[in-house]
Amino acid sequence: MPEMSALNKKLTQTLAETISKQVKHFNKRETECLIRLCNGLLGDQTVSIHNSLLLLVYLAVFHTFDKDSDGYISVKEWIEGLSVFLRGTLDEKIKYCFAVYDLNSDGYISREEMLQMLNDSMIREPTEEDPDEGIKDLVEITFKRMDYDHDGRLSYADFERAVREENLLLEAFGSCLPDAESTLVFEEQAFKDPPGQ
Amino acid sequence: MGASLTRAAQWTTASSGTGKLEITPINESLLKEILSFVEQFSSRHPQEAKHVFKEPLQWSTTLVASDFKTDYDISGPTVQSQEKDSEGHPLLQLSPPTIFARSFSQLSKLVQLANDKKLKEVRACLEENRDPVVKILGPSFATVLEGEDNFVLRLVDKVKQEDQAADSALKVKLFFLLQHLDNQLLSNSLKKISQEVRLSPAAVKNEVELLKHFCSEGEKRVLKSVRYTSDYEFSNGCRTPPWRQVHGDICYLVIEPCDTETLYITCSTAGVFLNGGIKQEGEENAYERTSEMHKDLVTLLKSRSPHFAENINKQDFAVQEELPSTKKVQHVESVDAEEQGQPQRSYEHQEKNVHERARQQHTPNKPGGKTKLEPSPRWKSPGLMSPYDGTEEKKHRMGSGKEKSGKIQKKMLRSDSKKKADFSVSSSPGRQSSQKTKTPVGVMLAEAFSESSSESEEDEEQPERRPESNTDLPSEYWQIQKLVRYLKRGNQTATVLVLCAMRDFNLVQETCQLAIRDEGGLEVLLNLLDTKEIRCKIGSLKILREISNNSQMRRAIADLCGLQSMVKSLDSLVKDLKALAAETIANVAKFRRARRTIRQYGGIMRLVKLLDIPDLATPTAEQERDVEVARCGVLALWSCSKSTRNKEAIRKAGGIPLLGRLLKLPHENMLIPVVGTLQECASERSCRIAIQTEGMIKDLVKTLSCDNQELQMHCASAIFKCAEDKQTRDLVRQYEGLQPLVLLLNKVDNKQLLAATTGAIWKCSISMENVAKFQEYNVLEILVNLLTGQPEEVLVNVVGALGECAQIPANRAIIRRCGGIQPLVNLLTRTNQALLVNVTKAVGACATEKDNMEIIDRLDGVRLLWSLLKNPNVDVQSSAAWAICPCLENTKDAGEMLFYFVGGLELIVNLLKSTNKEVLASVCAVIAKIAKDEDNLAVITDHGVVPMLAKLTNTTDDRLRRHLAEAIAHCCMWGSNRASFGEAGAVAPLVRYLKSTDSSIHQATAHALLQLSKEPNNCITMHQNGVVKLLLGMMGSADEMFQEAAADCVFNIRRLALANDKASYGYPP
Repeated sequence: MPEMSALNKKLTQTLAETISKQVKHFNKRETECLIRLCNGLLGDQTVSIHNSLLLLVYLAVFHTFDKDSDGYISVKEWIEGLSVFLRGTLDEKIKYCFAVYDLNSDGYISREEMLQMLNDSMIREPTEEDPDEGIKDLVEITFKRMDYDHDGRLSYADFERAVREENLLLEAFGSCLPDAESTLVFEEQAFKDPPGQ
Repeated sequence: MGASLTRAAQWTTASSGTGKLEITPINESLLKEILSFVEQFSSRHPQEAKHVFKEPLQWSTTLVASDFKTDYDISGPTVQSQEKDSEGHPLLQLSPPTIFARSFSQLSKLVQLANDKKLKEVRACLEENRDPVVKILGPSFATVLEGEDNFVLRLVDKVKQEDQAADSALKVKLFFLLQHLDNQLLSNSLKKISQEVRLSPAAVKNEVELLKHFCSEGEKRVLKSVRYTSDYEFSNGCRTPPWRQVHGDICYLVIEPCDTETLYITCSTAGVFLNGGIKQEGEENAYERTSEMHKDLVTLLKSRSPHFAENINKQDFAVQEELPSTKKVQHVESVDAEEQGQPQRSYEHQEKNVHERARQQHTPNKPGGKTKLEPSPRWKSPGLMSPYDGTEEKKHRMGSGKEKSGKIQKKMLRSDSKKKADFSVSSSPGRQSSQKTKTPVGVMLAEAFSESSSESEEDEEQPERRPESNTDLPSEYWQIQKLVRYLKRGNQTATVLVLCAMRDFNLVQETCQLAIRDEGGLEVLLNLLDTKEIRCKIGSLKILREISNNSQMRRAIADLCGLQSMVKSLDSLVKDLKALAAETIANVAKFRRARRTIRQYGGIMRLVKLLDIPDLATPTAEQERDVEVARCGVLALWSCSKSTRNKEAIRKAGGIPLLGRLLKLPHENMLIPVVGTLQECASERSCRIAIQTEGMIKDLVKTLSCDNQELQMHCASAIFKCAEDKQTRDLVRQYEGLQPLVLLLNKVDNKQLLAATTGAIWKCSISMENVAKFQEYNVLEILVNLLTGQPEEVLVNVVGALGECAQIPANRAIIRRCGGIQPLVNLLTRTNQALLVNVTKAVGACATEKDNMEIIDRLDGVRLLWSLLKNPNVDVQSSAAWAICPCLENTKDAGEMLFYFVGGLELIVNLLKSTNKEVLASVCAVIAKIAKDEDNLAVITDHGVVPMLAKLTNTTDDRLRRHLAEAIAHCCMWGSNRASFGEAGAVAPLVRYLKSTDSSIHQATAHALLQLSKEPNNCITMHQNGVVKLLLGMMGSADEMFQEAAADCVFNIRRLALANDKASYGYPP
């Protein structure tokens, strides 16, 4: 973005300075890069971004990014979101994933929510009496496994405990985090060209 | 009928003419069939039966006129049929003893008349009409019969040519009837023959596939090409035309070796031989045998192509190299036991066993697969079919597995195309193709070539334990099967959930493992490894890691090419994934084929790369994970390092220095696999050097003082193997490793540890400085106590150590004072050869002390040693012989004692026929001692010791020369032995010994020459060989005995010359 004005540059730097102090995992330079990327996204929709960012189209993910629920992702929200995305600790990721899976944001994942999320995850066996039996069974198995307090719904505590026991359950109900390789590629691309140098 | 008669029927003489049909089951059934054909002919084919033969069939019959009834004109002994041909000749005519028949109707009638003589008549008829078809239809048809290919066309031509005959259609029909009979006869006799084959089509096929494999291997290729002359395979496995099959021919091959001309080979049931050059199907004239018969293709090729012989051996040896380290107590096997010791299975033996083993491997038939594919019952004679149907079965299973997984892939693809495109896209071609490369031939080869010893080192193929019927299966079985089905249908999210659910079952339980495998779950799990979904891969590996603790699962994983996928996973960026893959590899690599696969797919290199972690005092959390990955990598390398080639591969990949770095880490769970790997590698010399030069001895010695017995055992074992090199022994001492070793001797309950420790002490005590140290720690007392009640692995090492320590005189007395002599002598009755070598050495060392010798004598030790000369192992022989020498020297009445050893002297003289240099040298040394007693010398002279010693004089081995010269010197003392040595040509070679650079040889030789020079003829020989000049030079030696011997010898020669002069001239010159 060579056309960026000197003023803009100055503003970006100041913003980066402030945000980098509030958000974990990114230093000032990296924050600056991400702000520029965000600006790019806003300014020109055709800016090519790595595939992993296409995850953003998922509404749920958007909601978790949009913490103040105003329907927009502010620059700060964007960077905070990415910090979990790219460099989040297990704790942060558990929180993030739980928020994504808690579709109605009531603080619990219900059987119905789970079924909704897993609905298309298995090919239906048309020969069986109930073609959905498989998926229902799988939901039941998973639900029983994770519902430690047997209250018929997954609380955050349930979810956290399950993930800590078996890390694979972090993204139990659908991919919502980039994998290691995508992260690496994204970081490489985003941070490769430090501004103002 | 033509073909079957000439080819199937067994004639007494091969030449045509008046051969007799032998009375064999095949002939009998042939005759019976022809008979019933003839009998029924006129009723079945009345038209054709009337056809008049071109020429009558005539034979001498046993029938007489009285046998004939109506329809015949009987006049005296002759008979004529009333039935006549168009020209009025009778169709049947009997003028005893000859009978003429000209139509099938007459023949039919005839056999009916003949009653119980039927068979005899048919036989006589066939014997005298060797080509009945020619007679029946005319010679032109006979030629038609020969050319197989488009005979129908030619037949029509022939019939056209004979147009005038109105009955041409009849003729053709008759011809076909005969042809049909012919075929029927052939196929029947074929059935009979194929039941008694010796070489089976299956065996030939296997061998051909094996050879084909050798054609494609680039630089290692041993043959240019192998091909069949015919692509068509009959249901019985043969590829030859049926009329050749009756001769036992299975197939014809054209093989191009790399170094000689193309070979045309016939594989028949009787064996394999070169033919006249059959390039294509149907070249009739080339069938004859042009070489001698071989038992199989490999032996034939070996005899024809030196290149093949050389390289096929390499192929086999490559396999055999990995044979060692298969003993039960692996950690304690000494290095030299492997190098010098136990006679390993010879190549010959192994080759023979390849087939047998392949068979054994398949015999435990898996229930379920068995009924689906039955080979033709014809081949079901026992012992013939096992390898064949085994591979078939395997093929079948592989096929169904592939099919299944293929289906899954497709389904997965379908579902995923909806959601996320790249899930499992990469997988389906991967596994499919990898399975394709693994054709049944591949399976067979891999097993024939690599699995030769895996059973002994790990798990034999255990028979499957599973409940008898389905109802007995626990509910887990069905639940897991259900999950596996979900696994096949789910996308990545569902897959992960299913994998997690599966992990909740107790996967160590065999039922659960079987459930996964039976439902095709292994294929799916392995397919997942080829996807890009990291979480699926991790989940899959977590399950595979658990179930690979079962040997059957390990084999199944290897069969499905799972190791390749795991090796690939080692390249991942995700540390958890790498660690899991390495751990699973560590589990699977418990058998040789798996280890080889890992190496071949670059696994060793990748695993070694995992060890490359930065050297850090206080690692961060992230670096801790690197350490964990490295630990898993070492675990895998540890498993892999049990194969010789892998040891070398680890070293070449730079693994030893990296292991050295890990050795400095404090974690015990890291150190055990690290030291374990090191001690495995240490059986290779190149690795030992690397261990030493990388300065690891210091760390090993340090680790010896830890408090984990397993770790201590591996350390001691590593030192045991490394201390083979002198420098290492010195380093162990310098780093004060001897005392911790001695302390470990207290842990008598842990036999593995004890074996490793005593081994280390044994090897360290080869250096005398170390022995001095050991004396300080009173090692001998401890060792002597270990001489009783220990397993042989320990005993070998304890006795070895005592033998080394006893090289120092003071220690011999200590051993005696501790009561060590008796247990040592008692051990002479054992059978373990490694142990015997060490015991004889120890006893020999002890026998150099007179007080010790008394005890040995009392225990009849010399007799025990003597009986070990009969041991088949040359090392035991020579070691026993060496031990006998000091015994004979130090025992009081050695001569008398020996005199009473019945057959003992003959035994030792006969050992001079050995081809082993060490045996010969030791036996010569013993003979030198025996010959000191005159009576015994007389006995061994009678046994022909002189010519045998003389024969050995041409040797170039310095050690043997020395003891040989000594033996000759002592043997000269009896009768005319001096002259005998001269006559046997021993003198001239002895003179040459003086030119050797070894002074100890000179001394012994000088003594021998001195003795020999007392015989004038020998002096002449010596003089001719220029001995004087050589001896003159030696008279300047510092050793007085030597001086004297040399001088005396020259004196004897000179005196002879003087006497000669005196005799010639009557005065001294």
